[in-house]
Amino acid sequence: MSAPQSAPKPATAGAMLAVNNIEVIYDHVILVLKGVSLQVAPGGIVALLGANGAGKSTTLKSISNLIRSERGEVTKGAIEFAGERVDGLTPNDLVRRGCVQVMEGRHCFGHLTVEENLQTGAFTRKDGRDAVGADLDMVYRYFPRLKERRSSLAGYISGGEQQMCAIGRALMSRPKMILLDEPSMGLAPQLVEEIFEIVQRLNAEQGVSVLLAEQNTHMALKYATYGYILENGRIVMDGAAKALRENEDVAEFYLGIGGGNRKSFRDVKSYKRRKRWLA
Amino acid sequence: MVAFGQFMEVLIGGLLAGVLYSLVALGFVLIFKASGVFNFAQGAMVLLAGLALVRALDFLVSHAMPMWSAVTLGLLFAAAVMAITAWLIERFALGPLVNQDALTLFMATIGVTFVLEGASQMLFGSDVYPLRLYPTDAWFLFEGTFPGGILVNQLDVLGGLIAGVLVAGLAAFFQWTKTGRALRAVADDHAAAQSVGIPIAWIWFVVWLVAGLVALVAATVWGTKLGVQFSITFLALKALPVLIIGGFTSVPGAIIGGLLIGAGEKLAEAYLGPYIGGGIEYWFAYVLALVVLLGRPQGLFGERIIERI
Repeated sequence: MSAPQSAPKPATAGAMLAVNNIEVIYDHVILVLKGVSLQVAPGGIVALLGANGAGKSTTLKSISNLIRSERGEVTKGAIEFAGERVDGLTPNDLVRRGCVQVMEGRHCFGHLTVEENLQTGAFTRKDGRDAVGADLDMVYRYFPRLKERRSSLAGYISGGEQQMCAIGRALMSRPKMILLDEPSMGLAPQLVEEIFEIVQRLNAEQGVSVLLAEQNTHMALKYATYGYILENGRIVMDGAAKALRENEDVAEFYLGIGGGNRKSFRDVKSYKRRKRWLA
Repeated sequence: MVAFGQFMEVLIGGLLAGVLYSLVALGFVLIFKASGVFNFAQGAMVLLAGLALVRALDFLVSHAMPMWSAVTLGLLFAAAVMAITAWLIERFALGPLVNQDALTLFMATIGVTFVLEGASQMLFGSDVYPLRLYPTDAWFLFEGTFPGGILVNQLDVLGGLIAGVLVAGLAAFFQWTKTGRALRAVADDHAAAQSVGIPIAWIWFVVWLVAGLVALVAATVWGTKLGVQFSITFLALKALPVLIIGGFTSVPGAIIGGLLIGAGEKLAEAYLGPYIGGGIEYWFAYVLALVVLLGRPQGLFGERIIERI
């Protein structure tokens, strides 16, 4: 066994986002991530899959550095965005650099109108009112429903519309990359599909890279190009979305296809858990 | 006619006194709207601003500086003191508490209150310092209509005008500027505001600075009225019923709440007082607030509490 720190880093050249073997501790004692590594190529949609409490949200928040205000801390490893170390930067710095998170549970500003919500997304921009206005029109083109509800208070619109509002708000910062946390939560399957379609179009047309944390494995693998599976704070498997979709274990544990009592990779004694830092 | 004249005098006096309550309540509303924090320290901030101003004025005037430049410099000095205070509060008291429960933040402001009260008296002294910024004479209006006319305090009128300008300015700031919008966003959801790149530390500094400047304005008026002294901090307690009646989130609500309380307590004192032995002025506001709490807990103008189920 070699110590994780001294092992060679995976090649990260050319990646939009590279997370290298990070360990995250909450409240100085609770170890949540135990060495997570992942990469997102420019223009990619990468899915981060796993059950409740596996560490998906924590991974996303360590990248955007929102964990610091939840008393979390990245104690080991490194995070690189667009080729530069970003761990330790404030969320504000990250948004300026083009990496924005859409939080789980939507988090729209309830007492602001939909349009004001979108405008707050442009807070970090310095390129003038016209450019922001043009992007507002762009967001309304992708989410025509938001345009209809532009003057409603965001607290009163439906859950699906709030999710759209949250994604639209993130887009207003002109991101290179969106960290999308559980967009399907609490939404009807049809709406989930509608939102994923739009995300895919945004990715294709605007060139926004996406790191998508999802419990809805089926949906996520349908739209992603690559996937990582997170269990108890460790990546236990990764691969192209197509390969994961066809993998028997994934089908059994996460898609509920096939029988058996095995419920997670933990139950598979023979399964070689991949240690990313040795790869 | 005499009775009506007296009624008008009491009413106008009460309304104008109410505007001055509103001036203090405004500071509360601002911070609450922008950060979701109920700022118990607003009264202490009025004291600090007043002391800084009056001591600077005394110093400058005693060094033979002409009045106008002394006033300008004094106001600038007090504003600078409030800016430093805002920075310190953000840096050491509230900054580390981002994302914490509203009650936790409220407790922190109680701590801030004691520190400010102690520090301001330690730095600037604890006597009663008279402040003469505004005229304090009285006008007698409608002398032709009512015998003796209606007595109106010039200072109160001026205070009303100042409050009006302040409110208009603040409302515009909140509604139309990028920073104002960001302030409202932070009040709604700290974490989400952070996630879209709004720097919370900066926003909170701005909030406390604005509240400090409002406190300074309130201090100029109240200081002229009562002299700058420790008891000015108790104004904060009078502002509470104003907020309950007007609603914690509404700038116009703070004004109207202040007017209702000012007029209500003066009228009650004048007309109910004789029957139940007087002294109504001191508790009437709180009873009014309790009644409002029973019927409309968010206040007359407060935002409705949005809750999706």
